[in-house]
Amino acid sequence: MGYEPQADFGTPASTAGTQVTLTIDGRAVTVPAGTTVMRAAAESGGSIPKLCATDSLKQFGSCRLCLVEIEGARGTPASCTTPVAEGMVVHTQTPRLQKLRRGVMELYISDHPLDCLTCSDNNDCELQDQAAAVGLRDVRYGYSGENHLGEMPDISNPYFDFDPSKCIVCSRCVRACDEVQGTLALTIDGRGFDSKVSAGLASDDFLSSECVSCGACVQACPTATLQEKAMKEIGKPERAVVTTCAYCGVGCTFRAEMRGEQLVRMVPWKDGKANRGHSCVKGRFAWGYANHKDRITRPMIRKSLDEPWQVVSWDEAIRYTAAELKRIKDQHGARALGGITSSRCTNEEAYLVQKLVRAGFGANNVDTCARVCHSPTGYGLSQTFGTSAGTQDFDSVMDADVILVIGANPTDAHPVFGSRMKRRLREGAKLIVIDPRRTDLVRSPHIQADHHLALQPGTNVAVLTAMAHVIVTEDLANEAFVRERCDWDEYQDWARFVSDARHSPEALEPVTRVPAEEVRAAARLYATGGNGAIYYGLGVTEHSQGSSTVMAIANLAMATGNVGRSGVGVNPLRGQNNVQGSCDMGSFPHELTGYRHISNEAVRRQFEADWGVPLDPEPGLRINNMLDAALDGSFRAIYIQGEDILQSDPNTHHVAAGLKAMECVIVQDLFLNETANYAHIFLPGSTFLEKNGTFTNAERRIQPVRKVMEPANGYEDWEVTQLLANAMGLDWHYGHPAEILDEIARLTPTFAGVSWERLERDGSLQWPVNEKFPDGSPIMHVDGFVRGKGRFIVTDYVPTDEKTGPRFPLLLTTGRILSQYNVGAQTRRTPNVLWHDGDVLEIHPSDADNRGIKDGDWVKLASRTGETTLRALVTDRVAPGVVYTTFHHPSAQVNVVTTDYSDWATNCPEYKVTAVQVLPSNGPTDWQEDYASWSERSRRIRSEIEVEAAE
Amino acid sequence: MDIDRLAYMANQIARNFGTLPDDKAAQETARHIIAFWDPRMIGQTLESGLPLLSPVARAAMEQVAAARSSRAA
Repeated sequence: MGYEPQADFGTPASTAGTQVTLTIDGRAVTVPAGTTVMRAAAESGGSIPKLCATDSLKQFGSCRLCLVEIEGARGTPASCTTPVAEGMVVHTQTPRLQKLRRGVMELYISDHPLDCLTCSDNNDCELQDQAAAVGLRDVRYGYSGENHLGEMPDISNPYFDFDPSKCIVCSRCVRACDEVQGTLALTIDGRGFDSKVSAGLASDDFLSSECVSCGACVQACPTATLQEKAMKEIGKPERAVVTTCAYCGVGCTFRAEMRGEQLVRMVPWKDGKANRGHSCVKGRFAWGYANHKDRITRPMIRKSLDEPWQVVSWDEAIRYTAAELKRIKDQHGARALGGITSSRCTNEEAYLVQKLVRAGFGANNVDTCARVCHSPTGYGLSQTFGTSAGTQDFDSVMDADVILVIGANPTDAHPVFGSRMKRRLREGAKLIVIDPRRTDLVRSPHIQADHHLALQPGTNVAVLTAMAHVIVTEDLANEAFVRERCDWDEYQDWARFVSDARHSPEALEPVTRVPAEEVRAAARLYATGGNGAIYYGLGVTEHSQGSSTVMAIANLAMATGNVGRSGVGVNPLRGQNNVQGSCDMGSFPHELTGYRHISNEAVRRQFEADWGVPLDPEPGLRINNMLDAALDGSFRAIYIQGEDILQSDPNTHHVAAGLKAMECVIVQDLFLNETANYAHIFLPGSTFLEKNGTFTNAERRIQPVRKVMEPANGYEDWEVTQLLANAMGLDWHYGHPAEILDEIARLTPTFAGVSWERLERDGSLQWPVNEKFPDGSPIMHVDGFVRGKGRFIVTDYVPTDEKTGPRFPLLLTTGRILSQYNVGAQTRRTPNVLWHDGDVLEIHPSDADNRGIKDGDWVKLASRTGETTLRALVTDRVAPGVVYTTFHHPSAQVNVVTTDYSDWATNCPEYKVTAVQVLPSNGPTDWQEDYASWSERSRRIRSEIEVEAAE
Repeated sequence: MDIDRLAYMANQIARNFGTLPDDKAAQETARHIIAFWDPRMIGQTLESGLPLLSPVARAAMEQVAAARSSRAA
């Protein structure tokens, strides 16, 4: 496509079922009831001038440009606020209207700088377009009167500027902040001529205000008032390519707007079904890492970790890598080799890595980042419902009446979906939050959780069992649903178990520290408040009972009949952009694509026939098992594509020891990440802008990723895997990811109907897509559970073995922040560091006071595993006894304190519960200093050293 | 691999089937280990971890061993 912006119909579409026919400028037009005259005109090919209207926002009726004449109606009503009526006859272009519109436009232009030719918005400006549309020829008032032309721009935000001299006070930015983003950071300050857009208080600029830099205001602005800095610096794009964001599991669709091979801006795509035209600070703006100076674009090898890196050709790198892998395989057997697929890479890339491990290495030692995030979701939902994925699409939240958020912080970690959820909450849906910390969702403008159960970390199962106790013992269960859809005997076993008095909220209150009455009220609300939808995150899964908690959630949804239609369901908010996809692609050591067990002979035979090699029938090692096995010498080589396990996985010392024990660590990444400090071979990776393929988001939506520039490293990541596979004797000939997708579809029943051509046509597809569901499955388990009967599983609360005590009296829980993503390798290399330049430790005022800690102090955070230092943030967001931090920065390397405890079923680490002590500190720990110097030494590159020496 | 850790994992699985009668819990634990454990983890637990196991986990590992030998045969 060229660069033309997406069509703007002026006001949102109506979803009414009944149709209305009217006449606009002599054209008969049929639209849904409730459509505005403005939209009806636009949908039928017309264009009524407008400035304050845009179809992402509710009509406002302030600019007076969209006036129309309606036969039989008095005056000239605004078309944006006038709904269509049967038989209505509308005239949109009459001499009278032209005159009125010109008069309005004259007033706007009399207070607008006439620098169009040198304006960065030239030819991309709605004000300019509308001035042309109304036929403005002169401004009778002149330009010398009082005006706003001298006002200074606010350039505080790193990504966009606010230039009040160009503002027409249409309020689109304010309304976008209110309606689309839901932050309500902007307002119109003053009255009449003094009216102006203001971020926060008078003393604030955009950066210091509550603005979260989502870009909705920039998107809504019809002039150059709010505009990306890049547009000023680079200029207007000349083409646009629709692609999928590579941050987080929401999977927003963007237009990558390009000038040659240079990305100018990422603009949210209104037809994106996951984001519906919205974006967050990461996807919209934080893509500068793609060309960051730290990016490594040439392969490098070294014999030992003490040596500097040696830059080599691709040929040599691949030959050397294959030789090393073959040598180790010959000496120690196939099971000494393994790989990790990337949840940041495409489905096709994850598929090829697991294929290389299984078919090329000859072992099933393949795992992925979901091991450490949502593996309990896979286990728990497959046991209860029969599918390892969430049940709904994101649109479903708009039909929810009660939203139950457990261990998730969507406004930080899934911000675009968080905004959708907030919109529904502002419309009146009830909210229950189960979280040890007061997340933003608990209390934010126009939103107040009806119940916040601030539980003791590690007691999820106890709280959910207590809720189940209330639902069953107070006869609130939907027995008709259970009898029809679930195994009745298993339900009765479960109901008996939860009804036991020892599971009452009162009995469990000493364990959960949640007032029993609050638990009762929350349970009643969820069971009786209409459509109940559960959204959960890593606060559920990253526990020693992560899988049990997922099953407890599924039990609650089944018991209340909240499965199988819009507005309800069980919704895991997946972390990384393609973590759902990497799981679907057979990245777990025990299963092939589509979650089919490796011991299933029929399935294995199908793959063996297709791939032309025999496969190991027994499960392989998980990531944490690989590290354990490295220490006893039975695991010696690992191929890691696009993951930074040293920083992201728990107990850093253990990870480091495991990696150090291996003979061959291959890291394929954009940067020399922390894991690469322990690598022998570095294969440079490519960004999502440099490759074709697909990502699958948290709603099982498979979406195309399109290449907009050539890979700086020379190859897309799947091509690198293919080079390695062929060097190891496999005979692969994929020319495009579409061919890999065809193979996936051929071998995976839930993907049978998926193809690149189909995605090009439909934009996206939600699996399963097959004979039974030819157009995909926005909502699952509609006519019955995938496994047949829904299965209730008794989940007994088993406390974690990680205990507080006199030496470690506090509980640490970890999470994420809006501006940073995962290990921060991408976002730390963007101006997002302005919002968050280091991990901080949130600590309650009473705990801080007891320890003589003040806000901003350096503190030492110590556990039985390790210790680090970081700055304290004294806040009552956390309860006394609980501290909280993020893991975005290697300087703090918070995972040095997390433990080896993990989920009983999946080994998903228990990041959310670590017994710690917090004490004042003077500076970095010995470990931090040692690691910093190790890092520096490990990142030396020989050619650079030689250049330095020569200088 | 660290035998204490392997034994801890087996015991933890058994503990999470704790509401079932012991024989059923052992069966579920065995099924889980067969489905999700790499052969060397099973081998090492059978070789040197049995004394570290709870009765249910131990019974489960015996079932795992039996299943392996019947498959081998």
